Order: sequence, then C-alpha cells, then structure tokens
Amino acid sequence: MMRQAAAALIARDLRLLWARRGDALQPALFALLTVVLFALGLGGDAKSLAPVASAVLWLAVLLAGLLALDSLFRGDAEDGSLEQWMLAPVPLWWLVLVRTLMHWATTALPVIVAVPLLGELLHLPRAQLPVLMASLLLGTPILSLFGAVVAALTVGMRRAGILVALLALPLYVPVLVFGAGAVAASAQGLDADGALLLLGAGLVISLVLAPPTTAAALRIAHN
Amino acid sequence: MPDEHVHASPLLAARGLAFSRNETPVFGPLDFSLDANEALLVQGGNGAGKTTLLRVLAGLLRADAGAIPIDGCPARADLRARFVAYLGHLPGLKGDLTALQNLEFLCGLHGRRSKQTPQAAMDIVGLGGYEDAPLRTLSAGQKKRLGLARLWLSPAPLWLLDEPYANLDLDGLDLVNRMVQAHLRSGGAALITTHGAYAAPPVQTKMLHLGGEA
Repeated sequence: MMRQAAAALIARDLRLLWARRGDALQPALFALLTVVLFALGLGGDAKSLAPVASAVLWLAVLLAGLLALDSLFRGDAEDGSLEQWMLAPVPLWWLVLVRTLMHWATTALPVIVAVPLLGELLHLPRAQLPVLMASLLLGTPILSLFGAVVAALTVGMRRAGILVALLALPLYVPVLVFGAGAVAASAQGLDADGALLLLGAGLVISLVLAPPTTAAALRIAHN
Repeated sequence: MPDEHVHASPLLAARGLAFSRNETPVFGPLDFSLDANEALLVQGGNGAGKTTLLRVLAGLLRADAGAIPIDGCPARADLRARFVAYLGHLPGLKGDLTALQNLEFLCGLHGRRSKQTPQAAMDIVGLGGYEDAPLRTLSAGQKKRLGLARLWLSPAPLWLLDEPYANLDLDGLDLVNRMVQAHLRSGGAALITTHGAYAAPPVQTKMLHLGGEA
C-alpha cells in the first residue's frame, strides 16, 4: 500500500514536471544567472574568483532551492490534493517524504548536475570539485527537508514568499556553514571528512524527524 | 458491483458531536447514526455548517466535543482512511494532467476496488473519450464527474459527499442518484449534503437539518 502510493505520487510528479518542463528549469537558470552575474561583478579573472568559487556555488544552489520551496505544497493545497493525501490510507509523513525527495530531485538535483559547468565559470579549482559535489549531495536534501517544514507551516497563507525565506534561512545557516566549510577546509589542505560526516549525520536526522514534523505542520496549517 | 460490506454496528455514528470556530459554535451537539444500506441527507442553508460537519466526520477537522465511532470502534486515522471516501468542493485534480492520469494517481493513493478499472469508471460517469484530454480543458461539471469516478473506484464503504449535485446537468443528477443507489445496495452508506431536497436518491434516506434552531 505504501509502495503503491509512493509509486503513484512519483509518477504524478514526473508527469507534472514534463507538463511544465519550462518551470522545471527555473532553479537551474536562477543559479546560472547568479553565478554569471557574480563572475561579471568580480571582473572574471581567476585570481579573484577561485578563492570564493565554492562559497558562491553553495549560495547559488541554496537560493535556487529557496526559490522553489514555496511550490512544494502550495499547488496541492490549493486544488484539494492535500485533503486527499490526509484521507489516504497511508501515513501523511510518508507522502510528505516522497514528495519532498521528488521536489529535491526535480529542483536541486538539476542545479547540482550543472555545478561542474558553473564551477568552470568561476574558475573553481578542479581539486575542490569532488568535495563540493559531496557536500552539495549531502547538504541539499537537508535543505529540502527543513524547507518542507517551513513550506508546510505557511501553506495556509495566500502569499508567503518572504516569510518562507525568513523562516527557512536560520535553519539553512548551519548546513551552509558545514557545506561550504568542508570545501574551504579541503582547499587549505585540511581534512574535509569531519564536516562531510556532520552533514551526513544531519541528513539522517532530518530524514527521520522532518517528515513527521512536516505532516503535523500541514495538518495545523490546512484547516 | 461493489464488494459486499457486512456490518453489525452502525457504519458511522455521531454522539454529542459539536464543533466551534473561534468560540462561535458552528453546529451541534449532533446525534445520528448511519447503517449500511442507508443514506443520510444533510440539509441546511449556505453557511449552516454542512461542509464543516463533513470535514469533521472525514477527520480533516477536530471536533470540540463528542465521538464519531466508525463501525462501532473509536475512529482512529487509519481506520477512518479505510472506511471513508470524501468528495469535497475541491476535487484534488491537477489541471496539467489528463483525466485518466488524475484518476490513476488517486487510485494509487486510495487503493481501488477489485474488478474496477479507471477506464471503466470513466465510461460509467459519461467521460468515455475524454481520457487523454488535459484536465484544464474539462468543464466544472466534467471535473465533478471525474471526482465521482474516483469515488466509484474507492474501496471505502462510507461515502461523504459534499454537494455532489453542484455543477451537474440533469443527467448528472441522475448519475449521482444511480451511483448512490448501487453503492447502498452493495452494503455501503452515504452521507450527502445538499441545500435542497430536489435530488434525493431513491433509497432509504434519513434527514438531518442543520442551521437555525432546527
């Protein structure tokens, strides 16, 4: 039953993504714009760009995710899908988890795939790329899971754009610190494992705690 | 034909059920019970609390007082999910998907009765030929019919229908009545809100009036 519901939800989200494939590129385009403008702003020479490249990429990915956050449950709340989720014979947290991971796969993952290219624009030292990718792959799901709690809390409001950002940013700061910190440490020749392991631990904790919290927030916000 | 549902205690009952919003009582306390093979018609004007009552019964809202035993057991969420199919004002359909894709998703979410397919359900509600039409191109009445198809596929014995007659043409009203009749005959029960008795299904029907001092 749970697997069947998850499969139905995944199929639905993929079909919706295909139906609105223009929108799906938005986060990646936003990250691209941020990176290009930053490169232009700093003059485009490798000497000034390389030291900040990893931090800029992390920020671009984080902001792109923030941009997509409001769409996580809003559409489903407005057309009544969320009611049907709550009445389904599978736990709401399970649907929330599947939806959040799908949202991550369709908004954050395309940006992460583009990061090696964006890194070239910023003259990111090649040696830093593996650590950066690892920190992004561990860190961005945490952002999505934390973000889901915030998106759920604000789903009852008509327009929650800036409020979502204000509520989510404090939760995002530690992830950014450890994510960008891991790359910075490896750039100085230090061991990045500690920060990466912390991100991994954070991912496990948020995988366990965020979906039930999100489900509770949805029930509170949506009545 | 739907599966047989055999029950000893009432499928749904309300004992002293009351709900208030911001300290203002919306309805209640209400007492009623609904057996298998029965329909309960909830009547009342606009704003009488019909939708709120249905949302409380479905478990979307929490009642202030009272109990809602389902099949004789205190209603827990998982029990309620297996017993109740709710058709509200918002059908939970996606405009960017086709009619059939919408139905397939809702079936995956709620499960579906054996020997019933989304395709056959669409034929029953008169949407044959619209399977691949994007939902946003369908009319309000056609969307309502798609919601009815979802209900028809649901394995839940208890239907909670919020204004099922809204937006439907004469043929559609008759369709709702025939569906309710078939559902009741196979051991199900239905709770239907309406603001007029103009379209009551020809089955054993109880009445409940909301609003005013009734």
